[in-house]
Amino acid sequence: MRLEVDIASKTFKNAAGEQHDVIAGVTFALDAGEVGAFVGPSGCGKSTMIRILADLDHDFQGRVSRPVGARIGIVFQEPRLLPWRSVEENVRLVAPLADDARLSALFEILELKAHRNHFPGELSLGLARRVALARAFAVDPDFLILDEPLASLDDALAARLRDQIAMLVDDRSVMTLLVTHDVDDAVRLADRLFLLSPRPARVLAELHIPTLRSVRGDAEIAAIKSDVMRRINGDVTERDAS
Amino acid sequence: MPRLLSFAIFLATWWIASLLAGDAKLPSPPTVLTALIAEAGSGALFFNLGATLARVALAFTLAMTLGAAIGYLMGRVRLADRLGDPWLILLLNMPALVVIVLAYIWAGLTEVAAIAAIAINKLPNAVVTLREGARALDAALDEMATAFALPRWSTFRHVVLPQLAPYVAAAARSGLSLVWKIVLVAELLGRPNGVGFEIGAAFQLFDIPLLLAYSLSFAAVVLVIETLLVQPIEVRLSRWRPRAA
Repeated sequence: MRLEVDIASKTFKNAAGEQHDVIAGVTFALDAGEVGAFVGPSGCGKSTMIRILADLDHDFQGRVSRPVGARIGIVFQEPRLLPWRSVEENVRLVAPLADDARLSALFEILELKAHRNHFPGELSLGLARRVALARAFAVDPDFLILDEPLASLDDALAARLRDQIAMLVDDRSVMTLLVTHDVDDAVRLADRLFLLSPRPARVLAELHIPTLRSVRGDAEIAAIKSDVMRRINGDVTERDAS
Repeated sequence: MPRLLSFAIFLATWWIASLLAGDAKLPSPPTVLTALIAEAGSGALFFNLGATLARVALAFTLAMTLGAAIGYLMGRVRLADRLGDPWLILLLNMPALVVIVLAYIWAGLTEVAAIAAIAINKLPNAVVTLREGARALDAALDEMATAFALPRWSTFRHVVLPQLAPYVAAAARSGLSLVWKIVLVAELLGRPNGVGFEIGAAFQLFDIPLLLAYSLSFAAVVLVIETLLVQPIEVRLSRWRPRAA
């Protein structure tokens, strides 16, 4: 089970007919059980990349080879729940064959038990994001795509949710692609880090984190973070100089 | 309770107006009731109401099904929209009477002609509403369904249809009131039974109690269907919406 991605370029035309480059070279590979995190500034083309990887956008130069028959679980930046279906019905829709015990366990881990029968309109954003996570895990994915799953949540909640994601990913050893603008989230969750440039996105650097995420200490995380920040800022200086 | 009050006010106004205008011009409620009971006793009232309701049901179903399908297609496919738009404008602005008369001329004074004419009058209304609905579909939810590889039917049934439901309800609501109005004209012009035919006959004979008896029973049936059928369905369709405080 391996994902190989080589997006040479992706452009789009706006309403005025002007051409914009969104991606200018993103190449990487990911193996089963690995978490790859893409870190880049807001608006750098991360969501476009996700649409390509999730097979929603075919209009690009390059090649994406997904594992054959892989089940994809995806968490979009907005939860994208169906407002007319309850929490449980939303999850069941994409995973009609999932057995009750497994769903119950999932709801338990994501602290959604009390909300199974609620409608999305009755949930806070944090809860709705957890439902979107439950939905992605319910399909028992081989390939999990997470687009800013923790954005705009308060720190405590984001930390809890991050731990829950780590637990689920390790439990099933799912190949995971996380996209975020938050370096801290990326460093705590990922095995491999890809730093993206501002738009048009290209991979500036790739970092491998050998320690298991469950045993990563604060000192190690701080060291990796400062390395990441140095590289990101270094790039900015480099670009400014040119 | 307010409904009862409103009914009582209607009855009182009618009675007073009838006293002022005279029984010959505006028969009093008891006179109309007598005519109503006589018509009901002979079975004619129920037969004619039944005939009208059957026409309404058939024409309404036909127009909603076709109209929804065409509207959805026009909302989703640009070419279909461009092809269909001139026809839609034409039909929207065609007087009901013209459609009915032409239908009777071309298809004879038949049941098929009557139902087709009523359906054609309602059709553009359903098309326009459903086209709006299809245009307003949330692309983000569509993407979600694609990303999770939901089967096409499942996507349509659980993602698309619920988004169209308010538009279907709106088309049904306005369409039904349109059909109620047109069915009587169609019956008056070319059917040998139904509420429209009876009202026409009563008009020829200047039998105002009978005319009012049919008009009011028809109005009562409309009210009952709206209250017991249309409104509960609307409530059920929108039960997931957070209630206003």
